[in-house]
Amino acid sequence: MSMINYAAREISCKIVYYGPGLGGKTTNLEHVYGRVQPNTRGKLISLATETERTLFFDFLPVDLGTIRGFKTRFHLYTVPGQVYYNASRKLILKSVDGIVFVADSQVERMEANQEAMQNLYENMLEYGYDLSTMPFVIQYNKRDLPNAAPLAELQAALNPGFEVFESQKQRIAPDPYHAGENLIDQIPTGEWVERAPYFEAVAVTGDGVFDTLKAVSKLVLKTLA
Amino acid sequence: MPVGAASWSFTEDDLGAIMRSLQQFLYDSNARCAMLVDRSGQLVATVGEQPRFDATSFATLTAADFSANDQLARLIGETEFSSLFHQGEQESMYLVDIARRVILVVLFDNRTTLGLVRLKVKGTVEELARLFTAMFQRARDTMHQPNILAGAEDEIDRLFQ
Repeated sequence: MSMINYAAREISCKIVYYGPGLGGKTTNLEHVYGRVQPNTRGKLISLATETERTLFFDFLPVDLGTIRGFKTRFHLYTVPGQVYYNASRKLILKSVDGIVFVADSQVERMEANQEAMQNLYENMLEYGYDLSTMPFVIQYNKRDLPNAAPLAELQAALNPGFEVFESQKQRIAPDPYHAGENLIDQIPTGEWVERAPYFEAVAVTGDGVFDTLKAVSKLVLKTLA
Repeated sequence: MPVGAASWSFTEDDLGAIMRSLQQFLYDSNARCAMLVDRSGQLVATVGEQPRFDATSFATLTAADFSANDQLARLIGETEFSSLFHQGEQESMYLVDIARRVILVVLFDNRTTLGLVRLKVKGTVEELARLFTAMFQRARDTMHQPNILAGAEDEIDRLFQ
């Protein structure tokens, strides 16, 4: 739920990093924390177990700049990756403005990715939020690992696209981040589908981390425009 | 189905009314500080002694605390815990729900008592509930109207170049 404070001239939005356990959600936030100017970010809060597994959430507030004289403040959250903590995952999704799904590219984590994606849909639905119409970005993390699945396989499994029913939206929309690819496209069977923007990443080195954050933040702000 | 969580806003006049209500409460209760936090963890207002801690983190944890306790309430068959109390040796916190929209956090020490805080907070909660209900109603009424970022697509694009 974005909040516009006219008195302080601030817009505050909430972005949640979702995905399977050990996929790199916390690493994304740690990289952002380490790379942005200290005066544009707050503390990184981690509610984690003794073994550094996220128990409730990680939280990082960052300022991404000014638009129309309003400071844009983004609150970044991660959820626990372990299914055991689903109750807290669900709580973090409350009032969310944008979602980043951090998938683990390793072949053997495909099932865990799909489970987490399914779980995301279900939890969003419980709040009455429609993932197909809100800011949503997918990050394929760990692209540097030798056992990383091919991108096409990950896209087919995790980002097959939502069917587009509105006739005025049924036209090709190029993917601004990947030349020659489309976000809205007609599939061979005739249906129109819209895929979420995706990014390849190696969160431990920071590759793709800011591209992902910028893309989802931009989508969130555009919902206000 | 809604796209996602709706946005809401408040003006300087709204904030003025909120601050006046909270200042009166602090005067009556002798508490140190009152903070308003929305359910998504964003700090709306702080009145009284300025906190020496990180208020942004504090607001986030407050919302999480309240949400977790809401779920605990449901597990034991209650619809909600409308207030929470955390007691420390020197400092204590009293948290109370306002119209299911925001959370009022009161920080107090041994210059007052929980009983007095609870007694005095009642009227403030009612007054703030009226204010916030009106604010959120206004947000719903203006949901389909252009807002402050209308037409700012280019500016948004430039911000992320």
